[in-house]
Amino acid sequence: MTATQAPAPRDTAGPALVELDDVSKYYGNIKALENVSLEVRAGEISCVLGDNGAGKSTLIKIIAGLHRHDAGTFRIEGEETTLANPRDALDRGIATVYQDLAVVPLMPVWRNFFLGSEPTKGVGPFKRLDVRRMRETTRAELLRMGIDLRDVDQPIGTLSGGERQCVAIARAVYFGAKVLVLDEPTAALGVKQSGVVLKYVAAARDAGLGVVLITHNPHHAYLVGDRFVLLKRGAMSGSHTKDDVTLDELTRQMAGGSELEELSHELERAPSPDRLGGRPVGDDTP
Amino acid sequence: MTATGQPAAPHTDERLLRTSPLRKLLGRPELGSVVGAAAVFLFFAIVADSFLQASSLGTVLYAASTIGIMAAPVALLMIGGEFDLSAGVMVTSSALISSMFSYQMTANVWVGVFVSLLVTLGFGAFNGFMLTRTKLPSFIITLGTFLMLTGLNLGFTKLISGTVSTRTIGNMEGFESARKVFASYLTIGDVELKVTILWWAALVALATWILIRTRFGNWIFAVGGEADAARAVGVPVVRTRIGLYLGVAFAAWVSGQHLLFSYDVVQSGEGVGNELIYIIAAVIGGCLITGGYGSAIGSAVGAIIFGMTSKGIVYAEWNPDWFKFFLGAMLLLATLLNAWVRKRAEATK
Repeated sequence: MTATQAPAPRDTAGPALVELDDVSKYYGNIKALENVSLEVRAGEISCVLGDNGAGKSTLIKIIAGLHRHDAGTFRIEGEETTLANPRDALDRGIATVYQDLAVVPLMPVWRNFFLGSEPTKGVGPFKRLDVRRMRETTRAELLRMGIDLRDVDQPIGTLSGGERQCVAIARAVYFGAKVLVLDEPTAALGVKQSGVVLKYVAAARDAGLGVVLITHNPHHAYLVGDRFVLLKRGAMSGSHTKDDVTLDELTRQMAGGSELEELSHELERAPSPDRLGGRPVGDDTP
Repeated sequence: MTATGQPAAPHTDERLLRTSPLRKLLGRPELGSVVGAAAVFLFFAIVADSFLQASSLGTVLYAASTIGIMAAPVALLMIGGEFDLSAGVMVTSSALISSMFSYQMTANVWVGVFVSLLVTLGFGAFNGFMLTRTKLPSFIITLGTFLMLTGLNLGFTKLISGTVSTRTIGNMEGFESARKVFASYLTIGDVELKVTILWWAALVALATWILIRTRFGNWIFAVGGEADAARAVGVPVVRTRIGLYLGVAFAAWVSGQHLLFSYDVVQSGEGVGNELIYIIAAVIGGCLITGGYGSAIGSAVGAIIFGMTSKGIVYAEWNPDWFKFFLGAMLLLATLLNAWVRKRAEATK
């Protein structure tokens, strides 16, 4: 898998699909997010990187309409807005795929695929789900992304984590999302499955969507990303485009920059492991 | 990164096993209850001679229908992840309201019946609004409603009629026609079938239709299975929950009117404890107590098991005191079977 060589035509003129400008969010007296700016353009992937507790989740929840920001401006296609709820976000073309709560595990795949936007046929009291269309569309859309389901009736909880992510992404793309927000899509996945998901993320980008990719894995981010925003303890610690940053630099910043250097010195100074009773320093570093 | 456009190679996933028809059958939520119903039927067919007579069929079905009318919407509610402990006394409330309103206003009883419908739906709406506003567990909310309604039933009845039961309204205008709708019976051969059986069949059919063929049904499963995910994809979670409580209230109204028009007078203390029987019928029928899974037809099978057991014990000429024991044992067995079946069905992971 190589990073894209010929990116889809980017829409650099005109307003961004989503633009956050110095956005802040407070929970009581806790600064969950402060002065964060982010730009999402059609055909681009904007990555948000940060360690646990950096404010990534808060950021998504604002973009997805689950929370309202307390300060700064939030523009959708140039127009300043505050989203009322997730439905509002969806109606404006922002679809969010959450790491854990993207699907209802006990429901069949096809019911999950159309959940919240089910097609119906018939009128009045005979208005009913268009079950055949739902099943066939689900099957076809999943096949397009390389998931060949023998049975779209199986509970979605029986699919693997990567497949579930792909179903959720396919769903968002199918329903005409303009902006796709992905919350740690590769966090719980193995190498191969991560590859499948990233491939699909890139496919969504090439289809002209603007993608927000939240992750704590700089390698995954650098493979597909066009812009990178680093969050640290609720504040923005860096903002780059792909041209002005290297993977090493990104990894270094992501891992804490100077803190990492300090750690590396410490590790170097650590005595060679004395198998029995050696100090546990470095035990948990890869 | 070459995934775009190109149809992915049709690779078959070696981790997916072929689904056998048997496994599909095992995946049905009603399975456990159907097996249980067959076992109960066989058991009483052997031990009770009169159980297989045609006239017994009407009696068993009638017993089943009085539970089943409520069990169907209660099953939907449980699939939606909530309880309604007030369902039992709400039936009594609904009957009391019709009776007392008609009597006090000396109006046509249909006026009382209509007022009762509105007020009973009001109880359902109260449950739903309290649940969605306060976000307290439905167990607590409806336990509160249960106690309040029990008190109101007794208090108002004593206040208005001076005793614990209502006055007779049998000679009032509209009583006969209302009795036809809610408490008549038709005789086919030797079998006497109460009209509640029709109400029951209609409600189960409607509930099944809603559950598996409408958007609302899809939302019920989603809200019960994973409410946060449902909300995130735009399912109106609040409306769905309130709708479910309104469904229970509507069935309580039907049951209440049956109670009133078959006995003419209503005892204000009735109905306590029935809410658990509805829940038991739904659970025996395959509803998960945690929500997200189950069926309306299962609740009907649960109600039939209930009807067969309660009447079968009589036909077997045993002491009916044993009934509760059977019900409890059945509940445990059904729940264990359901849990086992579901594990098997999902074991493809």
